[in-house]
Amino acid sequence: MRALLIRDLMLAIRAGGGFGLGLAFFLIVTVLVPFGVGPQTELLSRIAPGILWIGALLACLLSLDRILALDWEDGSLDLLATAPLPMEGIVTIKALAHWITTGLPLVLAAPVLGVLLSLPIPAYQWVVISLAVGTPALSVIGTFGAALTVGIKRGGLLMSLLVLPLYVPTLIFGAEVARRGAEGLTVQSPLLLLAGISFGVMALLPFASAAVLRINLR
Amino acid sequence: MILSVRDLAVTRGGLAILEGVSFDLAAGEALVLRGPNGIGKTTLLRSVAGLQPPEQGTVTGAEDQIAYAGHSDGLKAMLSVTENLRFWASVFGLTDIESALVAFDLTELRSRMAGALSAGQKRRLGLARLMVTGRPIWVLDEPTVSLDAASVALFAEAVRTHLQQGGSALMATHIDLGLEEARVLDLTPFKAAPRARQMDEAFL
Repeated sequence: MRALLIRDLMLAIRAGGGFGLGLAFFLIVTVLVPFGVGPQTELLSRIAPGILWIGALLACLLSLDRILALDWEDGSLDLLATAPLPMEGIVTIKALAHWITTGLPLVLAAPVLGVLLSLPIPAYQWVVISLAVGTPALSVIGTFGAALTVGIKRGGLLMSLLVLPLYVPTLIFGAEVARRGAEGLTVQSPLLLLAGISFGVMALLPFASAAVLRINLR
Repeated sequence: MILSVRDLAVTRGGLAILEGVSFDLAAGEALVLRGPNGIGKTTLLRSVAGLQPPEQGTVTGAEDQIAYAGHSDGLKAMLSVTENLRFWASVFGLTDIESALVAFDLTELRSRMAGALSAGQKRRLGLARLMVTGRPIWVLDEPTVSLDAASVALFAEAVRTHLQQGGSALMATHIDLGLEEARVLDLTPFKAAPRARQMDEAFL
């Protein structure tokens, strides 16, 4: 399993691996929004937590179809399925590799890009915390979507349609944590719900992903 | 260690293509599947490898014993030859890749990126992967595609060594490998009789 994780990370960093794709998209969104909104610092700082969350979510979505499609195309997925690794372990490692190459850089970049959106000072820590808690859920749910659409040519559109509704609860509670944090309110309940979603999907979805992947490999 | 296939029926795209296939494969044996295109060699091999559940019949002795090599080699273009092999070796819990590199004459290419290899070299790397799995039963689907005569000889030698070490091989191939000891099973008599579809596979 560790070999698979190391291989996936190595592939992501090498040329054409797609590392930084999500990060670049996140950067573009947060740079362009202030231009679109215009010179209204107060409005901008009010919507900043939501913009950061939407940007992170779309950046995650952008790289989802690479999680399994590349391994499917070159036949590695067939070979991995006959290897002594459990399928549930394979999809978990795939999701983890996706989070390390996409989710984690977004968490780290968010406070820097928050400056561009004149994010209120008390919100910084809550944006980072909510992204750190919420982005693993995005990767795990995304792996499920990728498993559902693996083998479908140009399955990206279908996958986006399938995955976006599943992302909504994470977005609602994640953005709520950041918003309440910005206004200095208590964040306990949305943060607990967000963590609940993350841990719940981490515990359950790998089994669903493995099951649909087995069917898709037939 | 024995692979035993009993009364196997397989479907492709919801249509029955083979039925009543039975054979045994003991240690040290090789079995070559023959038959015209579309008879179901690939589907049969995938069923034996456990990638696809058979419609009927049983495959026994295959659990965690099979190293499967399909039409694609599962290579990553941006990893070098040794990195590709080392990855598969560690997936199967092994570390030694040198003998596989030597057996398929890849030692001079070891630091090349897999994406920069020719089709035949890629194939050789894909076949070298079998040797780092440590699995006794090799299930090979058209292993000699894009190999030249010298490489086919290398491959036949690797299979022979594997058989002598107590392994076995099940392969679908059209060309003669020069493996005199290999049995041949022609799949043509097992072609499934055409019948109406019983259920819609797409929704299963």
